[in-house]
Amino acid sequence: MADTAPPPVDEGIQVFRKPPKVAARIALIGNPNTGKSTLFNNLTGLRQRTGNYPGVTVYGASGQMPFGEGQEAEVLDLPGTYSLSATSIDERVVVDALLGRAGIGAAPNLIVALIDATNLTRNLFLACQLADLGIPMVLALNFADSARKKGIEIDALKLASRLNVPVVPIVAARDEGLDALKTAIRKQLDERHTMRRIVWPEPIRAATDLLRERLPKAAADTPEAQLRRMLFDAGPASVEAVPGNPDCIRKALKEAREVLFAAGLNPHSAEAVTVYRQLRDLTAGTVLENRPGKTSESESIDKLLTHRFWGLGIFAALMYGVFFAVYTGAGPFMDFIDGLTGAAQGWAGDWLEGAPALQSLVTDGIIGGVGGVIIFLPQILILFAFIALLEDSGYMARAAFLMDKLFGWCGLSGKSFVPLLSSYACAIPGIMATRTIQDPKARLVTILIAPLMSCSARLPVYVLLIGAFIEPLYGAGIAGLVLFIMHFIGLLVAVPVALVLNRFILKTPPQPFILEMPDYQPPRLKNVLLRMYQQGREFIVKAGTVIVAFTIVIWALLYFPRPPELAERETEAFIAERATQTALTPEQARAQLAEDADWQQRLDNRINHAYMEQSLMGRAGRAIQPIFDPAGFDWKITVGVLSSFPAREVIISTLGVIYNLGGDVDEESSDLRSALRDQTWQSGQRAGQPIFTIPVVLSILVFFALCQQCASTLAVIAQQTHWRWAVVSFVYMTALAWLAAVLVYQLGSAIA
Amino acid sequence: MTLNQLKPGQRAEVKALHSEGMLGQRLVDLGLLPGEQVRYLRRAPLGDPIAFELRGRALSLRQPDAERVEVQIIG
Repeated sequence: MADTAPPPVDEGIQVFRKPPKVAARIALIGNPNTGKSTLFNNLTGLRQRTGNYPGVTVYGASGQMPFGEGQEAEVLDLPGTYSLSATSIDERVVVDALLGRAGIGAAPNLIVALIDATNLTRNLFLACQLADLGIPMVLALNFADSARKKGIEIDALKLASRLNVPVVPIVAARDEGLDALKTAIRKQLDERHTMRRIVWPEPIRAATDLLRERLPKAAADTPEAQLRRMLFDAGPASVEAVPGNPDCIRKALKEAREVLFAAGLNPHSAEAVTVYRQLRDLTAGTVLENRPGKTSESESIDKLLTHRFWGLGIFAALMYGVFFAVYTGAGPFMDFIDGLTGAAQGWAGDWLEGAPALQSLVTDGIIGGVGGVIIFLPQILILFAFIALLEDSGYMARAAFLMDKLFGWCGLSGKSFVPLLSSYACAIPGIMATRTIQDPKARLVTILIAPLMSCSARLPVYVLLIGAFIEPLYGAGIAGLVLFIMHFIGLLVAVPVALVLNRFILKTPPQPFILEMPDYQPPRLKNVLLRMYQQGREFIVKAGTVIVAFTIVIWALLYFPRPPELAERETEAFIAERATQTALTPEQARAQLAEDADWQQRLDNRINHAYMEQSLMGRAGRAIQPIFDPAGFDWKITVGVLSSFPAREVIISTLGVIYNLGGDVDEESSDLRSALRDQTWQSGQRAGQPIFTIPVVLSILVFFALCQQCASTLAVIAQQTHWRWAVVSFVYMTALAWLAAVLVYQLGSAIA
Repeated sequence: MTLNQLKPGQRAEVKALHSEGMLGQRLVDLGLLPGEQVRYLRRAPLGDPIAFELRGRALSLRQPDAERVEVQIIG
């Protein structure tokens, strides 16, 4: 054993692991929708690490690329961005990563800028900004085939000689040109040519010089390129970019920008005006457009898919298909996993027969926990197959276009639709699907309201209570209506929650809404499969470990303390009770117990009940019952609620144990339903009255509809954002559920 | 007139951009500069946002943002 412990590293679960030693670091960067992920996947294969950048919820990936002569290069897949002007957190991450400040390692040795050949000038704008950083560059000209189809011909050699860096035409989706790209990368790492820089006009140079002069001493050696970024960029990033007194920096910026204003330049457009003007000259004669103005294929498809009537109809049909596949399609796979888990538990249970504590830990804690993780995989994989298809084809941007009006006003994004819809099946794939929302604020709001959608795990609770109480009293029609309403309560509450989060809690300004609708592309099976693999792996590795750990903790709370005397005491009490009821002697009763399976089962249930009642969880349930008293819950319901915080569907089997029926009951069980109906208050002023009155039933239903009772969801929220937001989600939903339950019970009791 | 007042299929030249801050900067970064041509494509079925073509690409803006782009019809 080492004599010194390694220093504590507070990496959290969302931070990149430390990259292995590599020959070169290459940053892959480009506009959104330029096929960057495809190129990244083709360069690195499955050897990728993914995660959030330290401190921010910007997702990134890095991977290893074989590099000839046994060497490896590390490839960073930076977020897609139109510009380096820090108008969004993605762009700030890109700039930080390129300057080696993002907390994921040194600045890259080389930039591979991905350029969309069908939109050369706009893509070269970003390349020009990159050139200013002085890092050697290779330009990869993607969609060479689409460009040809559109009648656009680009003279790559001429462009390369004008820009002073290699320009390699590729078709990332078909692996075309990748060898040439790798050769160019290798060569460029030796020769280290930088791209031709923009010639800044005199007023901009003067303003930059003045800014350097006026900045605080601490910022004296800021690189020229960064000074220009500060000068041009709107927003607070400019002030935060360099060390020193913010007021002093603000004043220096103001003075420097005065120079631009005096010359008739607007600081925020001066860069774009300069760069686009020079790009026109630089690209002159390198691009040949044969068929300008021709209606493109994409435009014809859009006429249908964004049509006032057909567009919405097709959208609804597609979404129904996605939901149906996730909700129903995953069923058989989940049953299969459930069966496997049960078989493994049975096998391990027999094997560990002699050691009851270990047996329970292995079967209920470990195998139950692992099974509880894998059970989510079918829904995740199916949903991400569809998301990959929707995104790769270009339809996702159209969905955002269609739905923006419906979602935008309360701070969500048009792209929130798919995550929220899938949350009706399960919030876990739903929250993972928020990855498609670029605006970090809209993404966070979506993540925080997604668990309010009525997921399939709530259904058993609804079925049990509605079946036991509403249906016998009011008939199937009203029962169906209540079930229907239960599915909308979460959605109804989600709207004001989103509004409040958006207006009052999350202070960051929303990203400006500019949506690009890329050309439609046929999706590629390889990418779809890779996406499913990546998401599945990420869930198992990062959220899965937390979920298993959580399950084991909860198991312990329900299992301990476990004095053996308790079982003996219950056995004696059971025998005595049976003896009086059946007019047998205690000895006869004991003998019958040894043979009668029914008696044994009843005794088992009784012992389980006794252990649960005095377990840490059971004691906690009794202790906090007064908190739930205003909602009409007795201590048994409170224990049920408490023990279902890790997973809400557990309430059914917990109630089974609490009411002496054993844990194998389901929501259709008539025993459980009649047990619920028979419960009466044991003491107090309500003594003798039934516990489950209609106001109590409605109160429990509303509580389960709104409460955050899913440890797996919390683990996924923590993994996708920060544990802080998992805490927020838990606290606000639980408080909301309690409030609503109290309100329903008090109002209901008053009316009744 | 402004970008959101165009009819589907109409082409126009950008005259001025009255949008400051992040949105304005993002728009100029995308090349929405005075003198550039745009083509109005359509309005979303629910009334907002609108779609237009700039440099061969379909972009979408919300109505209040599109109001800040001053254009003149050509052709």
